[in-house]
Amino acid sequence: MLRYITKRVFAMLLTLLIIATITFFLMKLLPGSPFNNQEKLSESQRYALNEKYGLNDPVPVQYINYLGKLAQGDLGYTFQFDGRTVNSMIVNGMGPSATVGFEALLFGTLVGLVLGIVAALRHNSFIDYGAMILAVFGIAIPSFVFAGLLQYYVGVKLEWLPVAFWNGPEYHILPAFSLSVGVIATVARFMRTEMLEILGTDYILMARSKGISKNAVIIKHCVRNSMIPIITILGPMAIALITGSLVIENIFAIPGIGEQFVKSINLNDYPVIMGTTLFYSFLIVVIILIVDILYGIIDPRIRVAGGKS
Amino acid sequence: MKKSKWSLLLTLVLALSMFLAACSGGEKEKAGDSKDGEGTTSEKPAEPQVLNILDGEEIPSMDSSLATDAVSFEVLNNVMEGLYRLDKDNKPTPGVALSHETNEDGTVYTFKLNPEAKWSDGSQVTAKDFVYSWRKALHPDTLSEYAYIMGPIKNANAIQTDGDPLYGKVEELGVKAVDDTTLEVTLEAPAPYFLGLTGFATFYPQKEEYVKSQADKYALEANTLLYNGPFVLNEWKHNEGWQYKKNDQYWDKENVKLDEINVKIVKDQATMVNLYETGQTDITGLSMEYVDQYKDNEDLYTRGEATVFFLRLNQKSEALKNANIRKAIDMAYDKQSMVDVLLNNGSVPAYYLVPSDLASSPDKEDFRKTNGNFGEYNVEKAKELWAAGLKELGKDSVELELLNYDSDGAKKMGEFFKNQLEKNLPGIKVNIKAQPFKQKLELESKGEYDFSYAGWGPDYQDPMTFLDMFVTDGAHNQMAYSNPEYDKLINDAKKEMDQKKRWEMMLEAEKVLFEDQAISPLYQRGVTGLQKPYVKGLAHHLFGADVSYKWAYIEGKQ
Repeated sequence: MLRYITKRVFAMLLTLLIIATITFFLMKLLPGSPFNNQEKLSESQRYALNEKYGLNDPVPVQYINYLGKLAQGDLGYTFQFDGRTVNSMIVNGMGPSATVGFEALLFGTLVGLVLGIVAALRHNSFIDYGAMILAVFGIAIPSFVFAGLLQYYVGVKLEWLPVAFWNGPEYHILPAFSLSVGVIATVARFMRTEMLEILGTDYILMARSKGISKNAVIIKHCVRNSMIPIITILGPMAIALITGSLVIENIFAIPGIGEQFVKSINLNDYPVIMGTTLFYSFLIVVIILIVDILYGIIDPRIRVAGGKS
Repeated sequence: MKKSKWSLLLTLVLALSMFLAACSGGEKEKAGDSKDGEGTTSEKPAEPQVLNILDGEEIPSMDSSLATDAVSFEVLNNVMEGLYRLDKDNKPTPGVALSHETNEDGTVYTFKLNPEAKWSDGSQVTAKDFVYSWRKALHPDTLSEYAYIMGPIKNANAIQTDGDPLYGKVEELGVKAVDDTTLEVTLEAPAPYFLGLTGFATFYPQKEEYVKSQADKYALEANTLLYNGPFVLNEWKHNEGWQYKKNDQYWDKENVKLDEINVKIVKDQATMVNLYETGQTDITGLSMEYVDQYKDNEDLYTRGEATVFFLRLNQKSEALKNANIRKAIDMAYDKQSMVDVLLNNGSVPAYYLVPSDLASSPDKEDFRKTNGNFGEYNVEKAKELWAAGLKELGKDSVELELLNYDSDGAKKMGEFFKNQLEKNLPGIKVNIKAQPFKQKLELESKGEYDFSYAGWGPDYQDPMTFLDMFVTDGAHNQMAYSNPEYDKLINDAKKEMDQKKRWEMMLEAEKVLFEDQAISPLYQRGVTGLQKPYVKGLAHHLFGADVSYKWAYIEGKQ
């Protein structure tokens, strides 16, 4: 197991290096400069600024310099705000983003699982149809539409919850709920399908015929065996959620990191482009590793190198 | 059985821990930020002087020598003060300076500083603080992106020019602290707009001792900055908002009525409107699609700005090198309906370059009023000129590319322009190329386009800030326009000592520009928004900072 994980960690680092390399060279193809006042800068001022930030060097030299700093965990300074490091932007922005994302994930997964299980157990009943119609709406309607509707009706008309901003826990409810709708729908649909398939297998029939109670069979066999696809989709979904949603954060004025994924590219803010891309990739590779380890625990048949160690 | 139970539990714990690990930073952040930032809305006997507003972006810079953008300028304008500041009529009114004198030809200004002007630590704002800050802005190591604004001061341009014998020698700048309360500024040539310019952020003072003590932390947080304006930054939560408090040390604090201004960062238009509806903000801007909804609302305001949008007509293009073609294009689309239908926000069609209400002549007449309009919407005439132009070119069809911004509004404008031209000018085909802002600027500066949708806002209150854009090979010409007559007028006007003659030259230059139809002006921008009737006394400006809160107050909210 340890050997397997060590091997995987090396593969992860290699993946990140490749991502960093590709992103860096692609990013340098973007036309324009990262300076805020580009429109009014003279040629010589622009040259001086480029010189200061090492942007006059050949791109491969810039790349080596960047990797050197990256190896020390230094992502550099943003061009957007004076004296702010990319590290601090990510750390500060991740707080609110991850909080809302995690709340949405937790709530969405729980509700989704329950909906999916109930729908499967009451197959072809009104509950089943109801749950699946909800799920289709949940997938089809984008989260920002929910967010807009919730903000208007719950925030403005009913005044039950704050319209926007980031203060106490009550400020989390609308954004987290808006984000969770998609999670609920996805999880519910996967869970239902898997459950239905497993409910029809022979070993479930056998477990029942051994006299194990229906509830025990459902919890110990059905649900557990249905978790594999859920875990698979939850990994990437978790990352997408905790790294923040541009639209949801804009709508509810949450000071998250979400917008920087797009904004940094539009502004040619090189260190932030690299920082957010690498951070996101890092989370992805870590989650993939964790998911792979989880597979082995849930289903020993998939255990990769576990047998020997 | 037992083993599997444990492993299921382990699975859950692992799954949970991975999410918790990912968001642990977030929980901490939240705990620190959870107090209510809504300000004091509790009942007080007197009317609370609290203004709640929104802004669209985080503050990029609080260092007055580095600031380049609208948000920074606005915040700085309210927490700092230069020699003069602009009042609600955009006239310079004393700031740190009590008064000033000029020599005969208007090239030497002697400012008498107010001994009561204090920094927020209680120390006096002295002439040295100006000398230090101005030299700092110009110093090549500072890399100020707005340093060129100091151009009118003696030697400022040479100090910024690499290779010049004066390069980097900031002590050669034409500014001198005669004593603590006397500042002498020498200009290259008389600049009637200089007084207003001293209210611009780059010209604010900085206290050397303090700036050096903060080193690279200077101006990064609310408490690493000294203030000398009507307000101080009491709190600055990055990416979330900031709070102004009245400055107790301010020399004119009797005239500052607001105690507190809360600013929250909101980027979504629907959210802004919802916050306005629920009374959580007292002012919000409105984009076009909301204007109709609030058309009859008495909170709706419209205000003209001094920013002009126009089409650059790139003379690198063979077709656009032809004056008849350029004239035909300018006449072939309906600017009035473009503004009414597509913008609907108080913008007015522009038939000129220098915006109205920006600057007045020595005889107090608005530049725009004297020079009037150039061009009109006239399809018949456009067709004639177009036919003549095509004949001169020896072609019967022309394909041109419009370089556009990629915002929704700009895209609609582009479509409208394309549509009108293709309808009214037989044989023209317009291709639209929409690009993100920075990329668009880059293509524009390389001259890789035929038309480009461009805008320009004033850096100072004078027609020259618009006119000197189009001198031959000027950094902002970017369209290969060149007319020796125009160049001469602009260069002479910059040196001219007689203000009336200078004004005449600028009027003449604009005429030349439009005889050549070098550009096709689109509109002068306006802004629309909602403002609660109890917000009074806001002063809006045409350049630099958009607004001053110094004289604002709340009346009749309760």
